[in-house]
This record gives sequence, C-alpha cells and structure tokens, in this order.
Amino acid sequence: MSQAKATMSVRKPSPQAGIIDIQGEVTATAETALMEAYAQASNGNTRTILLNFSGLEYMNSSGIGLVVTLLIRVNRHAPRQRLLACGLSDHYKQIFELTRLNEAIGIYNTEAEALAASA
Amino acid sequence: MTPQPIPPPEPEEEPHFASWALPVSKLKTEDISSEAINLNVNGRRLTGPIQGFGQMWQKTYKVRLPGVSLTPHEIVDVWRKSFGKFWPKENKFYGSVIGIAPGEVAVLNLAGPGGIRGPGDTPFVSTGVLVIYADDVSFSFMTPEGHTFAAMITFSAHEEDGAPVAQVQVLIRASDPLYELGCWLGVVHRMEDAHWHATLTNLAAHFGVQNAKVEQKNRLVDPRVQWSEAKNIWHNAAIRTGLYLMAAPLRWVRQLGKRGGSKS
Repeated sequence: MSQAKATMSVRKPSPQAGIIDIQGEVTATAETALMEAYAQASNGNTRTILLNFSGLEYMNSSGIGLVVTLLIRVNRHAPRQRLLACGLSDHYKQIFELTRLNEAIGIYNTEAEALAASA
Repeated sequence: MTPQPIPPPEPEEEPHFASWALPVSKLKTEDISSEAINLNVNGRRLTGPIQGFGQMWQKTYKVRLPGVSLTPHEIVDVWRKSFGKFWPKENKFYGSVIGIAPGEVAVLNLAGPGGIRGPGDTPFVSTGVLVIYADDVSFSFMTPEGHTFAAMITFSAHEEDGAPVAQVQVLIRASDPLYELGCWLGVVHRMEDAHWHATLTNLAAHFGVQNAKVEQKNRLVDPRVQWSEAKNIWHNAAIRTGLYLMAAPLRWVRQLGKRGGSKS
C-alpha cells in the first residue's frame, strides 16, 4: 500500500469543540491519521467534532468509507457528541449528497458557521 | 473587420472529478440485457451503510497474485471490463453497455442460500447497484433500497510485498430486520463471503493463478442496530422478487387474454 498523503492537525477552539484540519488526499491510507486526530480532538467534554475540508485536495471512495467509520465512532457518543463538516468544495458537497453522508453530518460553508450552529 | 475577442479558456475540470458519479435522487436502468429480471432498481433511492438497519461490518477480501506481472491499473482494467464474468455462475451481473463507469446502474439477479434458484432458473433476489466511483486502480458501488445490504463496496488492486493484490472491501449493514435475522443465523454472511471468495478465485484464475487463497478480515464497526431503519423492510427485494415470481401465472393469463382480445 502507498504511504499516507494526508495530514490532520487538531485545534481546540473551546473545551466543547475539536476541529480536525484535513490537508491533502483522503484515501484508505489516511485511516490511522484520521482516527488518531479524532482521539486527540475528542476529550471528555467535546460535544462537536468539526472536519475542516478546506485543505482537501482529493478524496476517493475509500476516503468516504473512512468518514462513515468516523461518523459511527462519533455517534457512539451521541447525543453528547456530533460530527460536522466545513470547507467542502461544491464537488465534494455533491459527493456527500450522492453518498447521503449529508443526511448524517451537518455541513457548513465555513468554520465560523459550523461552530455557531454547534454552540 | 474588427477582430473578435478570444473568450477566456473554460476552467479545466480536475481529472479526478470525473471519477465520481453525480448525485441521483432515484435510480434508473438503461440498456440492460433483456435476459435480466429487472426489479427493485428503477425508482429506488441509493442507500449506504448509514441508511441500513443491522450491525455495520467492514469486510476485506483479498487475493495475492504471485507471478503476475501486471500493474494494479492493468488488473483493475481487466476486472472492470469483464466484471460479471468473474462472478460465481449462480449470480448474474447485468451491466449497461457502457460497463463499470461512474453513474452507471447494473441489475443483479442473485441466487438464494446454497445457490438455489427458482423455477426456470429465476433469481431469488433481483436488485442492483450504482457505480459511484471509478478510477485507474479502484471502483465502488452503492446499493438501492431493498438490497440485502445497505452498502458501499470497493474493488481495488495494489502491490504488497512485491506481488499484485486484488481486493474487495465492503462496508455493510443488513438493510432491514429480515436480512439482519439472516445475518444473525449466519446464512446471509455465508452467502456474501462465498460470493466474494469465488469472485476473487475466478479473477486470480483468469490471471493464471490457480487455487488462489482468499484472505478475509472482518471488523464489526457498529454492533448496534438502527431501529429507525426497520421500515426498510417495505422495500425488501427478496420478498418483492418472490411475490413477482409467484404472480407469474397471473401475468401469463392476463397476457393471453390481451392477445385473444386483440385478435377478435
């Protein structure tokens, strides 16, 4: 398998929110990085996990599968925790619509909008 | 004569954008073989693992192809072009004339437990898939309402320890409580596993690797069932295919009546 071409960095703008900034290519090789970022973003008080896709270059169907798997992990902590996304290009918004991920993940244009909605 | 201004070039679409299908509200089959019993696809919504009822599983089936000097790209190219040919003979894949390409819908006529088929070689379940994604080294399907699994299925090839590997990875939930019962009893999972083992064995044999061993890894992603999706049973393709086949004599009588009426 090829090496991961994605980097995930985590920010905590508040004790209740964790933001995962996704840069690069989200494919099957990004699994470890994404799950580690989630573990880092999700401490005892985190209510919102926000995936920031503004640095996304490319995502294939295995990448969508990873987002589904992450959603299930977050939902295990529901209703205390929920998954949101921001920064998706129109193309990837369409893909979330195609795969019906948009029905389970709140999608916002900007980080500020997502955080305001989760407050 | 004044020169016409040259219009600015159209922004080029990112090449990988064409790998994805466009969103669809309802599925529609086109150019499917008349041999297929085409039920439970047209007008159905697409479902993924999020919309299913049962426990969510990720299963990975893979076969090594030692001695095969083809690239992952070449393997996937062959796989895409002859996709249905590698299926076990009791299950039929009817693709469109375009084949495995983003946005194409295929009809599946599947046998029941133990490979049983109905009278006249009719399928136990008629359902379908939508090709949601296809690139050089992978392609993926999602399933319509009523399919056994609300699923995302990815076929790919890569290199591992110097040998090509062909892989099927499914992310699935049984669509409704009846199918989930079948999973709990082991019947549905056995059928699923047998299907992909046979497919990969046939693919390996095509490339000259006889008696290839298929490795399988299962991961229970979500042990919970989603009771909110129990209503999916309304679309159950096995029940609807069974009802369709049971009503066949009535359709024959009606057709005979129409023919008789048109002659008089």
